[in-house]
Amino acid sequence: MAYTLSKPKDFLPATLDKAAKKLLQALANEAAKVSNEVEWKTFRDHWMARKDGVLSSLNDLWLKAAPKDAKRQVGQRVNELKAVVEQTVEQAKQRAQSSSRSSRLEGERVDITLPGIQRPIGAEHPIVKTTNEMVAVFRDLGYSVEEGPEIETDYYNFEALNFPPNHPARDTQDTLFLAQQQAKPLREQLLLRTHTSPVQIRTMATKKPPIRIVIPGRVYRKDPPDASHSPMFHQIEGLAVDTNITFGDLKGTLDYAMKAFFGSNVKTSFRPSFFPFTEPSAELLVSCFLCGGRGTHGSDPCRPCKQTGWIEILGCGMVDPNVFQFVKHNGYDPEKVSGFAFGMGADRIALLKYGVEDLQLFFQNDVRFLRQFA
Amino acid sequence: MKLSAQWIRDFVDVSVDDHRLAEDLTSVGMGVEGIVGQGEDTIFEMEIGTNRPDAMNHYGLAREASAIYDVPLRRLAAELPATSGKASSAESSVPIQIEDGEGCARFTARILRDVRITDSPPKIARRLAAIDQRAINNAVDATNYTLWEMGKPTHVFDLDLLEGGKIIVRRAREGETLKTLDGVERKLSGEDLVVADAAGPIGLAGTMGGFDTMITEKTRNVLIESAWWDPLIVRKMSRRHGLHTDASHRFERGADFESTVSSCDRVAELILQSGGGTVIDGPIDVIARRIDQAPVELRLSEVERILGTRLERMQIVRILERLGFELAGAEPAAFLVHIPSWRLDVGREIDLIEEIARLYGYDKFPNTLPTFSRSVIELPEAAKDRKLRNALLALGYNEAVSLSFLSHEEAEQFSDAPLIELENPLSEEASVMRTSLVPGMLTMLAYNLNRGNDNVRLFETAKVFQSAGPAALEMKRIAMGATGSALSPSVHQPGRPFSFFDLKGDVETLLDFFERTSLRYDAQTAEYYHPGRSTRAVIDGESVAQFGQLHPETAATRKLRQDVYIAEIYLERLYRHGLRKIVCQPLPRYPAVERDFSFLFRDSVAFEHIRRACYDLGLKELRSFFPVEIFRGGSIRPGTYSLLLRASFQSNDRTLREDEVAQWSAQIVRALEALGGTLRSQ
Repeated sequence: MAYTLSKPKDFLPATLDKAAKKLLQALANEAAKVSNEVEWKTFRDHWMARKDGVLSSLNDLWLKAAPKDAKRQVGQRVNELKAVVEQTVEQAKQRAQSSSRSSRLEGERVDITLPGIQRPIGAEHPIVKTTNEMVAVFRDLGYSVEEGPEIETDYYNFEALNFPPNHPARDTQDTLFLAQQQAKPLREQLLLRTHTSPVQIRTMATKKPPIRIVIPGRVYRKDPPDASHSPMFHQIEGLAVDTNITFGDLKGTLDYAMKAFFGSNVKTSFRPSFFPFTEPSAELLVSCFLCGGRGTHGSDPCRPCKQTGWIEILGCGMVDPNVFQFVKHNGYDPEKVSGFAFGMGADRIALLKYGVEDLQLFFQNDVRFLRQFA
Repeated sequence: MKLSAQWIRDFVDVSVDDHRLAEDLTSVGMGVEGIVGQGEDTIFEMEIGTNRPDAMNHYGLAREASAIYDVPLRRLAAELPATSGKASSAESSVPIQIEDGEGCARFTARILRDVRITDSPPKIARRLAAIDQRAINNAVDATNYTLWEMGKPTHVFDLDLLEGGKIIVRRAREGETLKTLDGVERKLSGEDLVVADAAGPIGLAGTMGGFDTMITEKTRNVLIESAWWDPLIVRKMSRRHGLHTDASHRFERGADFESTVSSCDRVAELILQSGGGTVIDGPIDVIARRIDQAPVELRLSEVERILGTRLERMQIVRILERLGFELAGAEPAAFLVHIPSWRLDVGREIDLIEEIARLYGYDKFPNTLPTFSRSVIELPEAAKDRKLRNALLALGYNEAVSLSFLSHEEAEQFSDAPLIELENPLSEEASVMRTSLVPGMLTMLAYNLNRGNDNVRLFETAKVFQSAGPAALEMKRIAMGATGSALSPSVHQPGRPFSFFDLKGDVETLLDFFERTSLRYDAQTAEYYHPGRSTRAVIDGESVAQFGQLHPETAATRKLRQDVYIAEIYLERLYRHGLRKIVCQPLPRYPAVERDFSFLFRDSVAFEHIRRACYDLGLKELRSFFPVEIFRGGSIRPGTYSLLLRASFQSNDRTLREDEVAQWSAQIVRALEALGGTLRSQ
């Protein structure tokens, strides 16, 4: 039963005190029951409606009815009560609004543990990714990127790299030749480049020293495909030529690059090797980044490094003076300049770095394989 | 190649164990890849550089060890019993004539008489077996043992089977044949260098001996041959006959000119030890020309310039002398270095510097970084490559890499460009260089579909190749492939299959990066595309891409079980256009006004006609004009379709007036009516 204001039996302060107390008690009770905007409107109308709200009754039954000598005192009481009512109604409004907002939000609740709607992005190919990362390491060292044709002449692929015609070193690079070349002079005969090294010659023939270049690219050899061979693979080649480039510079540069690529805790070691276009020639080993150079994973042998703790990563060396002879006219006098070169297989590095067991996975392009590199 | 640790130790006293010896040999470039066995039977599996034939044997490795540990190397000298005969008697007994001095610089022979051909003694047989050499008989084994001991190939003939009792070294004559030791009857050519007797060839120089003069149990008298053959001639000959032997492997890399006598003597000594008999005194030694190596000047300054470290003069002397080099010269800053006869790989100062660096130890040189003052120069197309690659990855295409080869059939089906064929392909499937990236893309899509990957998106950036007269053209292309869903169905939304317009949108995104004055799409695509669902993108009059659904018949022959979409982008043409320059436009300050037009068109009126008709009006305030809805069937007459179009007008400097918009709308309506369109509502 809603509260109604009755007419006071007199206007003595004690009587009014009692009535006011009763009114405020009712106000508080009703305000507490307001839980939404509909209820609030009823509440507000009950107390504040212009025609028959409690406040309008208060005005009529108290103020207007009060005798003249009590008017001042009653008026003050009415104003005070009015202020309390207005404030309480306003507070009830805030409460009602916030509670209806929260119940609306409650209705909009979703199961946030359901999977999201993913817009799949493409994955970088591990060989391209590895190549780009390695090239970036050398770019940071001041190396410009160069490229060259995949179909090369015998001259650039072999002769100018100090593989003379009929030299046994040519056997180490089983070459795919283009058909119908026999009529041409040997040095003009076309083949699929067996390494990215021809770009060294092409660059030195057109750009004067000093140079620093890094050469990524596809190369070809007549290797039947298997778990560790492919007739097409990828190399990253480098060349630096200047006055006073030393073997120590070669070592320092590659040591830095390997640390930048594989992590600062890898160690490097150089051992003598043979390449026709470098002398001295070396093979670079890095401490195995998979087993930390220990050769084992707990009690299991580390396969990639064959338990040696070392992995062969690349071939390198000081540019052979015979190579400079082919570009001497462009400022590459071997008595005045020196340089180093290096070359590595991007496929092999990706294979090792990502623990891929079969090289063919790189060329089958199964999306379940590729997506792992996203 | 397998080599015995104990055999190496025959010639040098090394205090370290075999594992350490293996490590130390490896560190100077004599790579020990594996060690098997123990003690006397320890075998090193070795990888020795093609430039070091002198080290492909036990004595050569002992020499390396002597330099590594700075200990003396024993002399290798056979001891032959003194005989009463005179040297001249041997020479006159078997005359040797070198007709081809270019091919044969030196021919040394020894003659043994009354030899018993038998099995080799156990020590010899065991050592040969340990390095995977088959024992044959004491004479042949003696040559083999000598080859693996000191690296010099030799050959033994049954002297009594030599017709005319003489040796002639000459080129073969056309039509001559020789049955070699492997039993193969070989046709010889005028380029072949042979050892011959009076009747004809009895051996292919430095490669393989003849069958008819080989040592048998019946042999009593033996002629031992040790010659110096020209590397190039041996190499060509062994390749021509497909005969790669231990002997040719060494001769084609360069043998030791000075070891013909000592190797002959060593073979003689071994045969005499096991088979008895007598040696005819003195070798028959015929020299056609000398293989002399000029001494090389070694400047200490050059050692430092190349290696970056100043080495002690004494250190250099010690290393080189242990390797057999002789150093002379009074100058403090340089040496005159005499090259030992077995080091045909050394002829220049840099070769000596390598020897010094190798034995000093590569890892001992301090690491340094060179200074460099030039800036990095990007490849001219790097920015374009990067832009396209990043966009393709963001659009959901996985980057693929496939091989550059095709079969003839595939190449011809997907391109009419002149083919580049391989002379020696691995297979017919990989016999030409690819002229198109499409077959590779289809192979990859099929590979995925066959493995249950129903949603596939791939792209590949690679070169295609075509013949252009004597030259080869290489052109960079992008291929995209897509199949399956554009939107995968999930608990949140229904799925949607990948469509032509998904692909077109992706291609548009890529093409929009480039500057152009015009871009149009027409239907001129290759036969392997669906004729109604493929298009060609033409920028400024030049085709830069074609794409669409693969022709269902092509899909069927490639065993593709579902619709497949492919795109080819010709980067060699697209890259003639620069990347679009970014010029920032101010944001519009006045509201845009949109007007919709509902039209009926005949099916023959393509959106491109409608679009062009509208834009050709040249309305300056027209900001966009695009289709909102297409409807066919129902109340729409067959052969026609209903199209809801939306034009948006906006000005940069004022609010548009109603009458202006009405006037432009009327112009658009008239233009579309001119195409045969019927306005349904506006």
